[in-house]
Amino acid sequence: MVKFISGKYYLIAPKPNIIVINMCGIIGVIDRTMSRMDGSSIKEALSLMDERGSGEGAGYVAYGIYPDYADCYAIHVFFDNLLEPKTRVDEILKQWGRVVYQEEIPTYEQPDLKREHIPWRYFFKPYTDLMVGTKNPDDDNVKRLVMNINANVEGALIFSSGKDLGVFKASGWPEDVANFYRIEDYKGYIWLAHNRYPTNTSGWWGGAHPFNLLDWSVVHNGEITSYGTNRRYVEGHGYQCTMLTDTEVVAYLFDLLGRRHGLTSEMVVEALAPPFWDEIDEMPEKQQELMRAIRLTYGPALMNGPFAIVVATNDGIVGFSDRIKLRPLVAGENGSRLYISSEEAAIRTMDPDVETIYMPRAGEPVVGRVVE
Amino acid sequence: MTLGSVPLKYRISIDRDQCMKCMRCVDNCSYGVYRIEDDKILIDSRKCTACHRCLSMCPRDAIMLQERPVDYRSHPLWTAEAREDVINQSRTGKIILAGMGNAVDYPIIFDRLVLDACQVTNPSIDPLREPMELRTYIGKKPSRLEFTKSNGDIDLKTNLTPNLKLDTPLMIGHMSYGAISLNAQLSLAKAVAETGTFMGTGEGGMHEAIYPYQDHTIVQIASGRFGVDINYLERGAAIEIKVGQGAKPGIGGHLPGEKVCSDVSCTRMIPLGSDAISPAPHHDIYSIEDLAQLVRSLKEATNWEKPVFVKIAAVHNVAAIAAGIARSSADAVVIDGFRGGTGAAPKVFRDNVGIPIEAAISAVDEKLNDQGIRNEVSIIASGGIRNSGDLAKSIALGADAVYIGTASLIALGCRVCGNCYRGLCPWGIATQKPELVGRIDPEIGSQNVANLIRAWTLELSELMGAAGLNSIESLRGNRERLRGYMLDEGLLDVLKVKSVGA
Repeated sequence: MVKFISGKYYLIAPKPNIIVINMCGIIGVIDRTMSRMDGSSIKEALSLMDERGSGEGAGYVAYGIYPDYADCYAIHVFFDNLLEPKTRVDEILKQWGRVVYQEEIPTYEQPDLKREHIPWRYFFKPYTDLMVGTKNPDDDNVKRLVMNINANVEGALIFSSGKDLGVFKASGWPEDVANFYRIEDYKGYIWLAHNRYPTNTSGWWGGAHPFNLLDWSVVHNGEITSYGTNRRYVEGHGYQCTMLTDTEVVAYLFDLLGRRHGLTSEMVVEALAPPFWDEIDEMPEKQQELMRAIRLTYGPALMNGPFAIVVATNDGIVGFSDRIKLRPLVAGENGSRLYISSEEAAIRTMDPDVETIYMPRAGEPVVGRVVE
Repeated sequence: MTLGSVPLKYRISIDRDQCMKCMRCVDNCSYGVYRIEDDKILIDSRKCTACHRCLSMCPRDAIMLQERPVDYRSHPLWTAEAREDVINQSRTGKIILAGMGNAVDYPIIFDRLVLDACQVTNPSIDPLREPMELRTYIGKKPSRLEFTKSNGDIDLKTNLTPNLKLDTPLMIGHMSYGAISLNAQLSLAKAVAETGTFMGTGEGGMHEAIYPYQDHTIVQIASGRFGVDINYLERGAAIEIKVGQGAKPGIGGHLPGEKVCSDVSCTRMIPLGSDAISPAPHHDIYSIEDLAQLVRSLKEATNWEKPVFVKIAAVHNVAAIAAGIARSSADAVVIDGFRGGTGAAPKVFRDNVGIPIEAAISAVDEKLNDQGIRNEVSIIASGGIRNSGDLAKSIALGADAVYIGTASLIALGCRVCGNCYRGLCPWGIATQKPELVGRIDPEIGSQNVANLIRAWTLELSELMGAAGLNSIESLRGNRERLRGYMLDEGLLDVLKVKSVGA
């Protein structure tokens, strides 16, 4: 099952002599016509990359899964128990908006998965008039709630907060986590999945990917050596890093640059993994000016270190690697479907009829957008 | 009653078997330690400053120097220096003048910070084989970019203001013509032009010999306004308002009249041989809003084409002051730590006033970041940066770039003897005497300084590569890559650095 792993993709990295030991498997898919897929094939694809994980964390996110509550923020929470933490979260949510519906997320015991938390979901509508000083009161209200609860309510962790989407994650092997949540019961037009080999934080459920804030979800393979700089930058702009791992900062950077500053996904990628100055100096004048402006303005958002990342939002996905491609990333297309993954084998497992497979260059974004 | 003489500070001895009486020591010592009588070299050790000029010129290594050859009764509080200062002041009734930086044995924070490197989970980057970006832009940056959309084309709406482009985050700080010689300044100017960086002119105006390198200079305006006119402002690549200096926070500059020769007097626009004592405050800056006005006036005078920096000494409230400066139109805040060098300062200031640069960088970076404006203004740090390790740590604590002063003079021969204010520098640096100034060949001097800049730049690249970083902006403020070793909790909190092992 694992014969396609390593070797192959490292050969296309600019410097094949660099040995990559830290592994994580990522895969993402979008159907650009928004036709919905159930979670069974992504489960199979992710399980194929078991070599890249250690059975200590796996997760999935799907967009378009809550059509009945599409205008509500679907807030997924890990509770340590349903007493104090839940009472406090209930209180805070009721203060800041209306809970349209809530329930425990259905789960199914797996022999090899230890239940550490109780996953719960709220469908929530914030009171718009409570937020001032923002053009985006709903989103900023929810963003503030997430930051506040995660930093201050012991025993509660919001791990998913977007509309019509949900993250499902836990400590365990991909197939166990998928079966625990029965992800084949959910149907979405975007899926991201991640198989974790943790180094920074051990098998804590909150530490598993995907990371999510509002509409942004991130799966990430690698280590962000610029984390200290990136973290300070987002913290200076109203975000709090509470997940004890470097990946969450990517979600906040996309939220800040993409949602609040209104940059396109391509431009956010240019800010996070920009071309080298030597390349910029050779560009036509107008492009040079733009790139210089991006690098100067968003220098603290530049991400260094080895990484391959797929970010999703409700209208598309974008995958990119670090500026010298120290982690593998491969893309595949079949009709309306775009796949981005650590491994070609995973894509072929999901879609044996995939038509084109290609390796994006270092820092080059692969973008898939829904067509209305 | 007489106080008598104090013991010798240094004792010079000559190994007479080795000595070939070449007389180089006699010729080189500008302090008059050596003289010839009856074909014998006699020594007056009392005049020695430990500048090492004679030792470095002696072809036979025949000269030996010993510090404090005479013991006092040892006492932990009443050190020899403490006793001698009292004797000195009871004789003169004057302020003690001193040169170079803080000479008190305070703990050095840089030496209690360690850098990080990659192992396994993140590959280190080899700067010999991969791109490594040290390019640094100093100046105002927008908080965000705005675009206009027309026919599917996206155009940049935000205009960038002028920034200085540095090939390495290392500049040479302000040492005026007057404090140092023209040949010393020329050496520095050629070196920065060659290495793609900048130097400060200091508050002494700009001599015409520097004009060919003016695009690599930052012209300084201090409270004395020496040498300032519109031509001066227009010549510099940037303008710096000096409010304070780390070696002597709260007081103005001192240039003893001995160093004001005719050329210096012309460049500074002051009378020949007069002491140039800058006032303590700028007489047009009595508040932060006055400063903001001066920044705007300078920009207006130069058509908004030049970045304007504001330099302050690192004092207790440095973070709040820097935040005030950041809110003006200023492009960069320069913070000068209490170890910053000087040609002349009252010793009591040099040794007792101000805070270390490491804490100041962190406090300023933190304050600006908390206010969400850190990236909009640059931070330049100076005052006691000795090597590329200090440089890397300064950037990791939050600086955009550093100024070096003393290190660049050591590259020209300086041995940190601390007698700069006397105008007799035997290395031709802190003097205006033509026969001494001539000891520096700017062609050779500039190569030494350029070598130093290149060497630190190479080392910084290696340190960054080892930490898995290939661009300088990812090191800036990245305290995750620093750890404190034997620093107390209070200081760790100020530096926002974890302890080793954490």
